[in-house]
Amino acid sequence: MTDDVDRNRRHFLTVATAVAGGVGVAFAAVPFISSLKPSARAQALGAPVEVPIGSLEPGEMVRILWRGKPVWVLRRTEEMLARLPDVDPFLRDPDSIEDQQPKYAVNEYRSRKPEFLVVLGSCTHLGCAPLNKFEVQPAENWFGGFFCPCHGSKFDLAGRVYMGVPAPLNLVVPPYRFISDDLILVGADTGDA
Amino acid sequence: MAHTDSETVAEQNGLVKWIDDRFPLTKLIKEHATEYYASKNFNFWYVFGVLATVVLVMQLLTGIFLTMNYKPDANEAFASVEYIMRDVEWGWLIRYMHSTGASAFFIVVYLHMFRAMLYGSYRKPRELIWIIGMLIFLVLMAEAFAGYLLPWGQMSYWGAQVIISLFGAIPAVGDTLVEYIRGDFSISDITLNRFFALHVIALPLALVGLVVVHIMALHEVGSNNPDGIEIKKLKGADGVPLDGIAFHPYHTSKDLVAIIMFMMIFLAVVFFAPEMGGYFLEHANFEPANMMATPEHIAPVWYFTPFYAILRAVPNKLGGVILMILAVMLPLFLPWLDRCKVKSIRYRGWIYKLALTLFVISFIILGWLGTQPPNALYVLLARITALIYFSFFLLMPFYSVIDKTKPVPERVVYHA
Repeated sequence: MTDDVDRNRRHFLTVATAVAGGVGVAFAAVPFISSLKPSARAQALGAPVEVPIGSLEPGEMVRILWRGKPVWVLRRTEEMLARLPDVDPFLRDPDSIEDQQPKYAVNEYRSRKPEFLVVLGSCTHLGCAPLNKFEVQPAENWFGGFFCPCHGSKFDLAGRVYMGVPAPLNLVVPPYRFISDDLILVGADTGDA
Repeated sequence: MAHTDSETVAEQNGLVKWIDDRFPLTKLIKEHATEYYASKNFNFWYVFGVLATVVLVMQLLTGIFLTMNYKPDANEAFASVEYIMRDVEWGWLIRYMHSTGASAFFIVVYLHMFRAMLYGSYRKPRELIWIIGMLIFLVLMAEAFAGYLLPWGQMSYWGAQVIISLFGAIPAVGDTLVEYIRGDFSISDITLNRFFALHVIALPLALVGLVVVHIMALHEVGSNNPDGIEIKKLKGADGVPLDGIAFHPYHTSKDLVAIIMFMMIFLAVVFFAPEMGGYFLEHANFEPANMMATPEHIAPVWYFTPFYAILRAVPNKLGGVILMILAVMLPLFLPWLDRCKVKSIRYRGWIYKLALTLFVISFIILGWLGTQPPNALYVLLARITALIYFSFFLLMPFYSVIDKTKPVPERVVYHA
């Protein structure tokens, strides 16, 4: 009886069944995989936040939480700003060429207003929160900045990464805008607050 | 005596026969215990497979009882673990058995894998057993990692932060993938909830399934032995390997001694040093997770530190991740990297003995370095030891061939 079997037809049916089943499985997988994405509630909780900066003294920094990540707002002193060019030779990306900031922060201060630095306080290596080390130590070529305790990455006072450390990129500048001179909105840079 | 089989059946009690007609009970017991023949010269190194099974059962049991009081909720998780520790009767014992069990699991699994490297247990025809074993090791790492997030302490949170962002190093899809893993823009309640699901359902199921397959594959080809010879080649008139003895009762009674010794040491740790000086339970994890402040020094639990030290030694994120994954996966290829004529270290030359010694030393130094804060000297040391670690595997096809071997005996070496 085996001679009566149309092997081509049987092979075709096997492949066709497998393909149809595979497509079905792929479609059925979509809802399950999509359910892993941030939910509507998680996205709502990730909405922009306002940061009052009216009472911030020069040299002072505030930390706020946006999307579960610390955001730093540092009001830099004149000396801090003046020292920034001195750090350039020790940096991996002094001119902010890598896409780690919105267009308006591609400048020597990496900010909208030179005085105010707004960056995510999350190391670009593995997401630890770097610590403040604002005191200058000229002997060690340290001009003040941030030091990550996890793996020793170093950033200057514009959030720019040093060479020879594990972190590959400058600190991320989140989208932000000034609602007024005393208020920053972190998380959105267009439209109304 | 042509009817031996039916006579034995007739002697069986009615219930067993009733079951055997419907389910291969007696057949399974024979195949896997009373008529599974393993070499009679097993030594100390051969107890860790059984011990790993014991720890697995213990983790499943204690884990089930922990879930009865644990709450997978970012606002309640930390407090619910403290509640188990303080208010639940004997809760401290169940929790410390589970947390110590995690470290014990890796100790016995690392020793179990080292045994395979000593005696060439990964070599033909046992490649598949080794591959399944490596899969078990990978699932075990995922299981331990997911479990460490659940107490929602500082180290849970920041350790997870570090490990999850490793996936962000993958070009193009990295950032999206990280979002899919966390289910949020940062590690949050949502992440905790899904890690709980992975830790208590998905990964343990996979683990138990793989262990069953591991043992089935082992019992198909038969166990290796310290001489690295195939005992099935020489069989007696009864078809039983001349050097084999039944797993039950002979090996089981020996294993029972090992289990008792292991439980004595294990419980001593549970009772007197459950944190093991911060190696089994890190001190920072007794503080609730705080997403605003990273602990001064983040280190994973000791069983991940050798690989973590390799990650840190590379001054490039993607490169570090690739080398770390390579370090974990390289043992998978041992069956094909090792091209020596003999399996067991007993008949290998000095080159392999030296290589294996250097490998063990580099693994231990890397493990220690991974627990330490980074500095220039340690990074240099990590690079040197990582080089030794990788050389052990990558140069094996060459040094295992030129190594001088000793003649392998026909029968296993056995001193009664």
